[in-house]
Amino acid sequence: MLTYTIRRLVLSIPTLLFISLVIFLLLELAPGDPMAQVPLTVPPEVKERMREALGLGEPTHVRFFKWMYQFFVVEPMLLFDHIFGTALAEGQQRVLSWQFRSPVMDVIVQRMPQTLWVVAMSYVVGILIALPIGIYSAYRQYSLFDQAGTFITMVGYSVPPFFSGVLVIVIFSVQLGWLPSIYDTTLEVVDWATFKKQILQMVMPVMVLALQTTAQISRFMRASMLDNLNQDYVRTARAKGLSEWAVVMVHVLRNSMIPVVTVIALGVPYIFGGAIITEQIFKVNGLGQLLITAIQANDLPMVQTVTFMIAVLIVMFNIVADVLYGVLDPRIRYD
Amino acid sequence: MTESPDPKPITALADEGPTAPPRSHWRDVWDQFKSHRGALAGGIVLLFIILAVFLGPYIWPYDATYIDIRSRNQGPTFAHPFGTDQLGRDTLARMLEGGRTSIAVGLTAMLLALVLGSLIGVLAGFFRRLDGPLMRFTDLFLSLPLLPLLLVMVLLFREALNGMFGPEMGIFILIVVAIGVTSWMPTARIVRGDVLALKEREFILAARSIGTTNFNLITRHILPNVMSPIMVSATLGIANAIITESALSFLGLGFPPDFPTWGRLLNDATQYLQDYPERVFWPGLAISLTVLSINYMGDGLRDALDPRIRGR
Repeated sequence: MLTYTIRRLVLSIPTLLFISLVIFLLLELAPGDPMAQVPLTVPPEVKERMREALGLGEPTHVRFFKWMYQFFVVEPMLLFDHIFGTALAEGQQRVLSWQFRSPVMDVIVQRMPQTLWVVAMSYVVGILIALPIGIYSAYRQYSLFDQAGTFITMVGYSVPPFFSGVLVIVIFSVQLGWLPSIYDTTLEVVDWATFKKQILQMVMPVMVLALQTTAQISRFMRASMLDNLNQDYVRTARAKGLSEWAVVMVHVLRNSMIPVVTVIALGVPYIFGGAIITEQIFKVNGLGQLLITAIQANDLPMVQTVTFMIAVLIVMFNIVADVLYGVLDPRIRYD
Repeated sequence: MTESPDPKPITALADEGPTAPPRSHWRDVWDQFKSHRGALAGGIVLLFIILAVFLGPYIWPYDATYIDIRSRNQGPTFAHPFGTDQLGRDTLARMLEGGRTSIAVGLTAMLLALVLGSLIGVLAGFFRRLDGPLMRFTDLFLSLPLLPLLLVMVLLFREALNGMFGPEMGIFILIVVAIGVTSWMPTARIVRGDVLALKEREFILAARSIGTTNFNLITRHILPNVMSPIMVSATLGIANAIITESALSFLGLGFPPDFPTWGRLLNDATQYLQDYPERVFWPGLAISLTVLSINYMGDGLRDALDPRIRGR
């Protein structure tokens, strides 16, 4: 298992390098000019100097390697400095955002909490709702609950977030006036009243995102439970007189969780990518919103860095899911 | 084994011919599909939507781009059952027109993804030497963050294609190609798995031993046998493509404003959310209903094409 993990990790390095190159080259084609906002009265030679200050003066491959150096060497060193109080990255050039004129990583760190609060919370809520639904639907297959549950997950699967989000705004903000439609990120939780406010503004985005997670995970959970419920070991467990609860919740559930856990792991990177559309609807200024504003503002270093970070997470969690599958299921042997 | 009193050596010869008339494979599939009520309802709804958006504009008297400023912002009336927008354009006409684009994008993008996915899947499964590289290539695509890349692609190539093919055709080609090249991977993986299993079967060996070329082997023997997974991924592909196109339009990176699609209509309606909240309802409902019925159909199709489930 260890050799498998190491082999996968080593193999992921060329993959990631290739992905970063693809993203870089794609952005290289971008028609936008970061100098477009500069007034026309600025003389061309000053403009040229400004371009060089942004790091645009050099040929493509030099810029690519500089970005790689900054991303893989300078930023980790900075993190190291931050944790241990050393000064390794002193005076090193960092990846700068054209839009904010500040290091990309600083902006990402600023935006991270909002995304984690809303998107990660909704992922957890979605899973917590999905598992019981999946288990019970499978246990009472073709019952009324199963039919209703299947229909609801199908609806959750089919209704895109840009409709369900707008729909809950219409219902709960416009018609009923219970919840705020805009997520206020300046709100600081200091006492009970602000905590309540924070909860209220989180309800709708979490609801919309959790619906999607629930739909996907409960389908997997149901299918996986159904696969296991007819196995011989279940009959054995019943035959030796175990209670129904122990049979279903211990024997069947543990075996059914194996594929579901890997599916859950595969969904984690998309949390950090932020829910681009949902964040846009509720004006949550998280990572997804950062990405789309960066795309609109032609802020190439920002787009490059955020997209690449998501790619790193996807590759890593793919490995995590595969390794987890092997660890949880002794029948799977990779070596 | 029990001895029968009057042993007949070869009873099979004395049997009468099969009483039931022979049934074709597709007849069986259809019978099973019919018994899945959700799938049948989904199919009917989808058929209705497709007929409505493709024939509706010929019947409905209003043009989607006709501006009647005096009757703007109307609620549902007899003349405009879905109301009118801020420029007095008839919402029903815009819905029909938008649906035509959305479904056309969905179908075309699905076809592109299907062709790419089947090609790569069949090649990877059939030729051992191509398997490694092609599957690494698929993994690479699977680990790309797709929605951001789609946004970047649309942003980058919009101008160039607009210049080449005109604003409507250009963006249509761009979106179809962008969705197509980012959604072929699941099909490729499934098809490869099936081809790997099929390749070892006797009928392939038999075909090969009478000198069938690789090309004929693939087109006559392999492809017809992997049709069912391809059809299931086709239905799911349409749903996925419709949602992606709407998401792009919703984020303002899809079709131009005077060229309605369902996502675009929803995006326009959200700007009037405070005053006319009912306006977001129709395009959203149309997208959801279409995708829902396609998903149900996909579910039924998967069951119908699986011979292990059939006849239960």
